[in-house]
Amino acid sequence: MAVAVRVIPCLDVADGRVVKGVNFKDLRDAGDPVSLARLYYEQGADEVTFLDVTATVEGRATMYEVVRSAAEQIFIPLTVGGGVREPDDVSKLLAHGADKVGVNSAALARPQLIDDIAHRFGAQVLVLSLDIKRRGDGWIVTTHGGRTETDRDALEWAREAMERGAGELLVNSIDADGTKEGFDLELVSAISEFATVPVIASGGAGKVEHFAPAIDAGADAVLAASVFHSRQLTVGDVKASLNSHGLVTR
Amino acid sequence: MAAPSVVILDYGSGNIHSAAKALEAAGANVRLSADRSVAEAADGLLVPGVGAFAAVMSALESVRGGAIIEKRLTGSRPVMGICVGMQVLFASGDEHGIQTEGLNEWPGVVEKLPAPVLPHMGWNTVETPDDTTLFDSVRDERFYFVHSYAAQQWTLDVQPPFPQPKLTWADHGGRFLAAVENGPLTATQFHPEKSGEAGIRLLSNWLKTF
Repeated sequence: MAVAVRVIPCLDVADGRVVKGVNFKDLRDAGDPVSLARLYYEQGADEVTFLDVTATVEGRATMYEVVRSAAEQIFIPLTVGGGVREPDDVSKLLAHGADKVGVNSAALARPQLIDDIAHRFGAQVLVLSLDIKRRGDGWIVTTHGGRTETDRDALEWAREAMERGAGELLVNSIDADGTKEGFDLELVSAISEFATVPVIASGGAGKVEHFAPAIDAGADAVLAASVFHSRQLTVGDVKASLNSHGLVTR
Repeated sequence: MAAPSVVILDYGSGNIHSAAKALEAAGANVRLSADRSVAEAADGLLVPGVGAFAAVMSALESVRGGAIIEKRLTGSRPVMGICVGMQVLFASGDEHGIQTEGLNEWPGVVEKLPAPVLPHMGWNTVETPDDTTLFDSVRDERFYFVHSYAAQQWTLDVQPPFPQPKLTWADHGGRFLAAVENGPLTATQFHPEKSGEAGIRLLSNWLKTF
């Protein structure tokens, strides 16, 4: 008996519509987030992640409605990331039906935010979202979807975030994102090696064969967006491939 | 037959929106309330709970949740605890070395799981007893867990004529209680409201016990 590998479709949402850009630029409309989430639920998705890529006040309000509507129709965990700056944002998202929240830039700017959220809502609600780029022999964290580099070592930051109370690490490779050439396995492995919380591999999935190696590298879950939105793969295809590699799924 | 009525105890714990929708999908007429008379009158009472044991206990006590649960159980009226809502039914919780008193419906301590990776997050299998009704037709399904603490022993000694509690176990670094069916008191460590169609089925099995 062991916990099953999770397959998580991610929906980038701007002003109430699903978009997915290559390297977060060049956004293209990919549909209504609630119907897409429902489709993935029916395909056997283990969780769904919404990433709010709008920063406007109107976009934010729309996002709450998207979350509420999705939570009424799909009975699997819902993670919402993007724009979470303080514990009250978490409170509001949970009240609208989110189960977990992704935190990124705001935690980098003020690491105490992680302690505050974990203390108030429990570590299980907090997914630390890491947008990571290679620099030299290592990795650094970036913000704004990879457009802004920081000098923060990604592995150190992941370690600190876990100590502060992050309940899960979403490891997104900005280098691999949009390339469709597979996950950054070295990065997944480097973080999984010391992670004491679940690790989600993200960025770079382009074909069904890409998923099992991410689990072999140490990830507990795999996340992808465009391969699902383009209808190139279903969640079922990914699970069948994982199963054929001897990995257990739901 | 009218739909069974369920009150979800609304004491400020996490995402009760999903639990309400899942119970509706299972066939219940759902109301969110922390009002004592409303919570005592419903056919079933659902006690959700996420976060820390101590925080859940103090929030629960602020609406006198313990007394509501006790009153219902005295009259053999169904109560179901989910996640930390299950954990607080035990005698105490041990978090970071600090002991917090629980509702003490069952003896035992809720402790951290002995696993290298926590929280235990995701879909896991369960080991059900032969006479389970809660898991009727979903015994071989996986359910969604997200927790770091659990009751890892069952120490309640029940003597006839009282029926033996039905215990369901799961494993993450060690065995722990995934569900308990104990007369009118039911509890799951996993989240049926987040466990897809299997979870809805389990909730409808609970409604059938009313």
